[in-house]
Amino acid sequence: MAFNRPLLRTSYEQDAAIFPSYTQKGMAAVFGVVLVLMGLGAPYISAVPEFFLGATWINPITNMLPLAIAALGINILVGVTGQVSLGHAFFMGVGAYTAVALGGNGDEWQACVPFHEEIGLLEERGQCGLGLPIWVWLPFSGAVAAAVGILVSPAAMKVRGLYLAIVTVGLVFIGLHLGRMFPEYAGDFESGRKWPTLDFKLWKEETPLIEFTEDGTWFGLIHLSEEQKQYFLLMALLGGFILLAKNLVRSRTGRALQAIRDRDIAAEVMGVPEFQYKRLGFAISSFYAGIGGALWGSYLGRRSPVDWSLFLSVDFIAIILIGGAGTIAGTMLGAVFVELTPEVVKHRTEWLAEQIDASNIFTPVANFLLTTGESGDFGPINIGTVAPGWTMSVFQWNFVIYGVLIVIFLIFEPLGLYGIWIKIRNYWKRWPFSY
Amino acid sequence: MITAVLQFAQVGAGATLIQTLVKALALGSVYVLIALGFVIIFKATQVLNFAAGALSMAGAMFMTILISDGGFPLLPFANPLAPAEGETAGIVLFFVHVLIALALAAILGLVIERVAIRPMVGQPLFAMAVITLGIEIAIRPFNLDATALEGRQLGVPWGANSWDWGGAVVPKSYLVAVIVAAIAGVSVLFFFRTKLGVAMRAVAFDQEAAMAQGINVGRVFAIAWAMGTALAALGAIVYGMAPFPPGGSVSQEIHPLLALRVLPVIVLGGLDSVAGAIYGGLIIATAEVFAGQYLSQWNSTLGSGYSTIVPYLVMLFMLLVKPYGLFGTPEIRRV
Repeated sequence: MAFNRPLLRTSYEQDAAIFPSYTQKGMAAVFGVVLVLMGLGAPYISAVPEFFLGATWINPITNMLPLAIAALGINILVGVTGQVSLGHAFFMGVGAYTAVALGGNGDEWQACVPFHEEIGLLEERGQCGLGLPIWVWLPFSGAVAAAVGILVSPAAMKVRGLYLAIVTVGLVFIGLHLGRMFPEYAGDFESGRKWPTLDFKLWKEETPLIEFTEDGTWFGLIHLSEEQKQYFLLMALLGGFILLAKNLVRSRTGRALQAIRDRDIAAEVMGVPEFQYKRLGFAISSFYAGIGGALWGSYLGRRSPVDWSLFLSVDFIAIILIGGAGTIAGTMLGAVFVELTPEVVKHRTEWLAEQIDASNIFTPVANFLLTTGESGDFGPINIGTVAPGWTMSVFQWNFVIYGVLIVIFLIFEPLGLYGIWIKIRNYWKRWPFSY
Repeated sequence: MITAVLQFAQVGAGATLIQTLVKALALGSVYVLIALGFVIIFKATQVLNFAAGALSMAGAMFMTILISDGGFPLLPFANPLAPAEGETAGIVLFFVHVLIALALAAILGLVIERVAIRPMVGQPLFAMAVITLGIEIAIRPFNLDATALEGRQLGVPWGANSWDWGGAVVPKSYLVAVIVAAIAGVSVLFFFRTKLGVAMRAVAFDQEAAMAQGINVGRVFAIAWAMGTALAALGAIVYGMAPFPPGGSVSQEIHPLLALRVLPVIVLGGLDSVAGAIYGGLIIATAEVFAGQYLSQWNSTLGSGYSTIVPYLVMLFMLLVKPYGLFGTPEIRRV
């Protein structure tokens, strides 16, 4: 290992290492320290997310972390194994409902009649949940999702390419209907039900061993707010899962999966059992999805069946395509970009709305872009409570921006954000020479 | 659902069967229209058009704007053909409006093809499919914003009127759906016999060879997208007529998902087969409608709205038997 140029490898060990050079190791260490300091609210460092996301910047970032864990899974399936799936939301839902069945607070098991007799106010009906602690439901949510992934993989094995994408769309719709069929587990179809908290308990005791849902001092050492605790917990879990994914990709299994992606028949000719490894790819991807779904439900506290919809799956496809398919760094970049861009737009629009009365150089811009709903005020973005005519809210414009970004990235930069980084790196690699 | 069951309980079993058959045929017609849109685009350009949902709904929106508002907002000129406020158009005028809306939808398809699809020629199929997903996401908010929560009226001249066929209640819209789909289907089949249609088949068979024969592949792409979008829009307009679920209007809840419900149809028929789209649409709609009618006594067990996932179940079982659909071309796998 040395301070060498990018992509210069002197041994196989180095080529297979997590960080092939000291430069990368150092950069990763600095990045980790920055993330920790950011969570602790260090001055200057936490000013950066505050500029983009506002004073409550920690919430959108923490919300992104479980989705980033699930995105690691879709990267293994689509980016590494090359099996296009639009069913990731379904597997996230499987994991999340496993978590809520094991960890959620419900009545006794007797209350869980398999089929509801009449549709009533579902909040008043018995809901299933064993109230078990996080160290039970979190592994189980991944394992059950993986098992379901193995279960559907024979059907997915029959088809390839776009047909597979459509089949997995079918999975999402079947999952949505299951959510409607079992309100004992899913709660009301519109409002959903409560998820278990992230508190670490040994068993069902009242005061958890490590608290994640209240401000407080941890082990008499450090005082943290609720948001900071959850940020650190999910950040640590994400770090662990990144390591797991990285080790998987650089091992024999990972190479087999990549061989299947590049040309499945050729891989089989070389002795890679196609069926087994595709099934494994589905299982691992679903495992990540299940964990991500369970954590996401627990972080947000309340989810409804409609949240595990096709649009969530599309989010993940967008994450790996915008970030850069097949690379873990790209997946993380994509997750940050896709999940945080809407929040940035929202925050900056709120800021722009304040400039209307401030009368500075931004006031004309604000007047041009925003409309408050009064007559004669014309702008495409509506910030008033009533929607006059054809203007749209920031929420709706965010979808438009998101869709257009997907199109632009695929047309102009098929390798995504990671590809942009590679280009920048390669430019500086040979600097100051032109080649 | 409950009212429908009560209504059917009063008529005889034979009348129920006729009603169910006609309903299946009508729903099948809608599916066939949208599936034809998918298939034409896929055949010519190898793109699976996930944007069909937003594009078809946009076509239906054009229709409601023309006929209900009498012209587009922000544009200086009004629609001279629009019926007076509070009145519905006559049947001829209604179909003239349908044609104008389809033309506008075709123009939208042309623009999208030129802006987003043409630069991607030669890229992986999956990337092209995701581009259309991006288009879907970008167009959908405009549709939803324009429909608002209460939906927009289509101004169907015959409304929810129906005939009484010996006890069987047959809505007029169902017959219109079947006729419209039949005309569209026959036109598409005839189109493939024209010079342009033959060119499209040649492009579908081998793009490079077609180019070498002097076929303007870009123009074929553009026409395929225009036709595909117009057909999808026609499906959405027909589905907007009562007594299909939104009941005479374009709805925020039902129309965006309509094209996704057609995905099982094209998988069943085969992504690149026109005949497959027609058979697939009729088979899937029959399964869906008959399951909805004759299994409704187990409604509490199966969950309300179970009939909407019947197509996906049929699709999953079908794929285990025939992975490329009934009429689809199997992919030749080479090392």
